[in-house]
Amino acid sequence: MEQTQSRGKDITIFTILLVLAILFLAPILIVLMNSFKGKFFISDTPFQFPNGDTFSGLSNYTSGIEKINFFSAFGMSLFITVCSVAVIVLLTSMTAWYISRVKSKFNSFLYYIFVFSMIVPFQMVMFTMTKTANVLHLDNPIGIILIYLGFGSGLSVFLFSGFVKSIPLEIEEAVMIDGCNPAQSFFKVVLPILKPIAITVAILNVMWVWNDYLLPYLTIGNEWKTIPVAIQYLKGGYGSVDMGAMMAMLVLAIIPIVIFYLFCQKYIIEGVVAGAVKG
Amino acid sequence: MQKSIKKYFALFALPTILAFTVIFIIPFLLGVYLSFTEFTTVNDAKWVGFSNYVKAFSNQEFLRALWFTVKYTVVSVISVNVFAFIFAMLLTRGKKGTNVFRTIFFMPNLIGGIVLGYIWQLILNGILFKFDVTLTSSAKYGFWGLVVLMTWQMIGYMMIIYIAGIQNIPKDLNEAAKIDGASRFVILRNITIPLIMPSITICLFLTLSNSFKLFDQNLALTAGAPSKQTSMLALDIFNTFYGKTGMEGVGQAKAVIFFVLVAAIALIQLVLTRRKEVEN
Repeated sequence: MEQTQSRGKDITIFTILLVLAILFLAPILIVLMNSFKGKFFISDTPFQFPNGDTFSGLSNYTSGIEKINFFSAFGMSLFITVCSVAVIVLLTSMTAWYISRVKSKFNSFLYYIFVFSMIVPFQMVMFTMTKTANVLHLDNPIGIILIYLGFGSGLSVFLFSGFVKSIPLEIEEAVMIDGCNPAQSFFKVVLPILKPIAITVAILNVMWVWNDYLLPYLTIGNEWKTIPVAIQYLKGGYGSVDMGAMMAMLVLAIIPIVIFYLFCQKYIIEGVVAGAVKG
Repeated sequence: MQKSIKKYFALFALPTILAFTVIFIIPFLLGVYLSFTEFTTVNDAKWVGFSNYVKAFSNQEFLRALWFTVKYTVVSVISVNVFAFIFAMLLTRGKKGTNVFRTIFFMPNLIGGIVLGYIWQLILNGILFKFDVTLTSSAKYGFWGLVVLMTWQMIGYMMIIYIAGIQNIPKDLNEAAKIDGASRFVILRNITIPLIMPSITICLFLTLSNSFKLFDQNLALTAGAPSKQTSMLALDIFNTFYGKTGMEGVGQAKAVIFFVLVAAIALIQLVLTRRKEVEN
């Protein structure tokens, strides 16, 4: 009796979750569906399946790719994200180790400035940072890596420092007595220990840099477009929006993220929890 | 050991410190200074005292954006957290398919704000079309559109944090309460909620500061239309800087006010979390 009752409950919960899951996926599936419809059949009837009259094959994709030069935007996003995240993980882990191991007033002051930077919203430095980057010629795809390093270092140094403090000093002391210099002991011993937090830092920064709109728009947006900038440009640059191209480009923008998510799901979810709890 | 590490300052700490100084510290200090000046290109700054702040606070658009942001933040914090908590409760029954559902619910988080904004613009305009209006016909559509969008996006994230909290509750506590005849509501109120207070604090503040600082979704969904009535603070600051020349000083003053508000939220969180830690 009790079993049938709890089974009934299970089925109810499963059904509710299923309906919610469908509701969650629906917006993305509707965009996918509309990406195959002619551009004049989208705004008014987005919930209708494409039919003989409205089906337009891949023409939205070809025209969208051409309009915003999608593949160059994709390459730009990929380049900036991979390089920035690699630089951030490597350099901020080194910095965090240095300022945690060398005790001085300056270093602890530095630590608090890094933590402080985490609460400063982008708009506070938006204008002055853009000007500074401009003056120093950092407004190009290489320079923006340094901008991301400067901007991402707060959270990253904070997360790495928390982890470094939990590593017992004895390990490094033993390595150095064996004749390793600090650089060797960091790269051979400390860095491998930092791996779990390095994955968290990398994931959080990938999610930030890949999706970031305002910073690349303001610094390099005139000449080099990342995917979010290119998509916004599709809206802004052409008077009336080509809804067909827009749908197709939204789909192409989502695909890389979904692939990344499906491959690294475990790390992403763990990383997000770790980042949230500590940040 | 400290001494030998110290020699490596240039290799280990200097690159990050340099980038951080150039990209954050200098622009931050410059930003504070410029908020007290009139300028168009940084080089021509003229000291004007607090007049930018006076202008900012007497600027209708800014006040409207502030009010819109506060209203929106309150509503979205409640809606995100209530739904995220319900989702987490549904997913911690340890039943089949839990992982698949968790994967689906979390996914919107990874999609960028600009892309999300346009996805929801299509959906919401499609629904409103049946009533002969659009998202930008009236500010209330934009407001609720943003709430729906952000709830959809952030439920997954908060849900994950709530799940982690719920799974940390010792099983025997729940069982003991059930044996004593406690109803589901009593268990929820007297066991579950008190024990996941740390998760609740984290989620409340994450949604609070994320909603307050929202920009991309706002820009893509309505871009402030109709006539800037759905501009949030971040978008209003952006428009003040880049919408018209001559307003840069006021824009920077608005940015400083924005920073102070965000910092205040963060400080309150810090104090609350610290106090909790002491109690435990």
